[in-house]
Amino acid sequence: MESLLNIGIVRWFDNRLPLLSYTQHHMMDYPAPRNLNYAWNFGSLAGLALVIQIVTGIVLAMHYTPHTEMAFDSVERIMRDVNYGWLIRYIHSNGASFFFIVVYLHVFRGLYYGSYKAPREVLWWIGLVILLCMMGTAFMGYVLPWGQMSFWGATVITNLFSAIPLIGTPIVEWLWGGFSVDNPTLNRFYALHYLLPFVIVGLVVLHLWALHHKKSNNPLGIDYKGPQDFIPFHPYYTIKDAFGVGVFLIVFAAFLFYAPNYMGHPDNYIPADPLKTPAHIVPEWYFLPFYAILRAIPDKLGGVIAMGLSIGILFLLPWLDTSRVRSATFRPVFKWFYLLMLIDMGILGYVGSQPAEGDWIWIGQLATAYYFIHFLVLLPLIGWFERPRPLPDSIAKPVLAAGPVPGVGAAHDKA
Amino acid sequence: MMKRFMPAILALSFALPASALAAGDQAHPESRNWSWNGIFGTYDRAQLQRGLEIFTGQCINCHGLKFIHFRDLIQIGLSEDQAEALAEQFEVAGDPDEWGDPTTRPAKLFDRFPDPYRNEEEARALNNGAVPPDLSLMAKARPDGSNYIASLLSDAEYNEGNPTDDGLYHNAYFPGGLIAMAPPLYEGLGVNADGSDASIDEMSDDIAAFLTWTAEPRLEDRKGMGLKVILFLLVLTGLLYVSKRKIWANV
Ligand code: HEC
Ligand code: HEM
Repeated sequence: MESLLNIGIVRWFDNRLPLLSYTQHHMMDYPAPRNLNYAWNFGSLAGLALVIQIVTGIVLAMHYTPHTEMAFDSVERIMRDVNYGWLIRYIHSNGASFFFIVVYLHVFRGLYYGSYKAPREVLWWIGLVILLCMMGTAFMGYVLPWGQMSFWGATVITNLFSAIPLIGTPIVEWLWGGFSVDNPTLNRFYALHYLLPFVIVGLVVLHLWALHHKKSNNPLGIDYKGPQDFIPFHPYYTIKDAFGVGVFLIVFAAFLFYAPNYMGHPDNYIPADPLKTPAHIVPEWYFLPFYAILRAIPDKLGGVIAMGLSIGILFLLPWLDTSRVRSATFRPVFKWFYLLMLIDMGILGYVGSQPAEGDWIWIGQLATAYYFIHFLVLLPLIGWFERPRPLPDSIAKPVLAAGPVPGVGAAHDKA
Repeated sequence: MMKRFMPAILALSFALPASALAAGDQAHPESRNWSWNGIFGTYDRAQLQRGLEIFTGQCINCHGLKFIHFRDLIQIGLSEDQAEALAEQFEVAGDPDEWGDPTTRPAKLFDRFPDPYRNEEEARALNNGAVPPDLSLMAKARPDGSNYIASLLSDAEYNEGNPTDDGLYHNAYFPGGLIAMAPPLYEGLGVNADGSDASIDEMSDDIAAFLTWTAEPRLEDRKGMGLKVILFLLVLTGLLYVSKRKIWANV
């Protein structure tokens, strides 16, 4: 890169639009903590997944017909008659699941190492907005093949807005563009499904901007002390990320080529039929925990609010977590509650996949209650009472000091 | 710590969708030993052709197969002439004649299997109130589809063929246990590879294999490509790992 800048015309261009120096600055020289572990690979993998979705999505769009009478058949034509159409479509449908897998792992990484804490609150917020946009995109994408789950999923989810007092029904009809989920709904979902991924690209740029402004967090969760704590992004993390991409692609390919419908629902191979409700309407797996929270509250409006809050409270996480120590490595109590929270989300996911009857009802309610208690009650208390383990002096010299380093212990740890 | 959780998180996220499909009031389909199972699995052309015979000999009377063109049958080993001859046995809508009246013509290679009924109402009227679904995607539209179709059709009690007063038939594999379709398979309908009469069980396998092909005609391309892609990725990832170790050696 630098040598490119020695060429006169390149230097001339770069002087007027510093594309090359920006790339050099942000993708190669960017100083990254030297101790990042493999949990830090999921960000680049999420970026890769986004690119894969956009590229395969555009190719699908060339063959897809957004009309209730033709959508299902056009997807089947892609699967049968378009050259490598089956490959493109399976990449896109499995790609959505893998996108969520890597993004969820990326988020759990942040939750474990306290990456949401100062000074990275805005970075965290942008990440949450990306997650919300992804959910919208995936939800509307799932409607496009116009199978039974497409139609009934869309019906159930759009109907949630009818819970809003007074203006609920007009809002739902406005969303539908009619009096039920129908062709106008399919058309607008298609338009938005095409648009939102590019909004996500924009948000990713902001996400990276905020990241490079405040630099990456790291497994020790401590601030950097000087240049000795860093290594240049290239070649160290480019090669490490590339290796991660290799592993990701192997797992992805295993599903793509050998179990491409494993994460899908068979009902979506039945064309949509507004007169025939499927026995169980289940969303895609990545929505199941939220679906469980929605159904845990007996009141429709309450359920919608709870579901909204389940992500909403994450925006407040930087303040709900009162501990000043970022990394769970040094938080003996938090660590266990983190594990409990993961188990709780697993339970919520499982409950979301089951019909809302029998024991699943109270299990779902208990798990929902615990979810909120974790974030709203336990996290503030743990930060208050927990006595963190001593933090290392610096990233470059992870030699433990004799005791807690003054000023970096928990807020109320006066030891 | 994070590393220790990772497998658990992954396992959880993969366990979920499978459990989401577990059905309630219906017998689990028995697993059969299909030729296309496994990494190297391929369709057995002779079996698919036997399945096609059963389909055209019986199921076509009530079920459509709208995603299959007659030309597609060349993929399962029919010659062009054979596929064309089969097509010609079916009538499809032709262009209007000079008076503007609708006409019919024999089907051609580029036509799809025609639906047996003019519309849903006729289908319902002739089938005791139930509509026989199109079978092209049946193997993917039910959990564990291939095994499901084979189990459904070969169920012993079902094949005794005693209808209830409502004209329904007991079948443990069908959701709810009562199906409106009379047992469609009978001895003498299909033959085995050696020309002997096929049993109900053997016919169920053959028709389920054929319907798996109609649902997933690109399965062989997919598995073949998968093997090459994964081998390539294994080598590439190995090289990337070695390079990573080398570059990081001095950190
Ligand atoms: C006399 C008409 C008739 C014939 C012939 C017939 N079917 Fe059916 N089939 C039906 C009807 C009607 C249904 C719908 C049953 C219901 O919904 O209760 C059905 C449903 C099915 C189903 C779907 C079960 C489900 O899970 O919804 C399958 C699979 C099936 N048939 C396979 C076959 C095969 C294979 C053949 C040929 C061997 C065949 N059928 C021949 C009338 C027929
Ligand atoms: C954030 C990135 C994206 C996500 C998470 C996503 C998700 C999904 C999902 C879950 C489906 C349903 C899959 C199925 O059952 O087949 C789908 C379908 C579709 N998507 Fe996307 N998508 C993304 C980006 C895009 C983009 C950028 C385009 C086009 C420019 C696109 C075009 C399509 C089309 C045409 C379909 C319907 C065809 C089909 O069902 O296979 N997608 N998407």
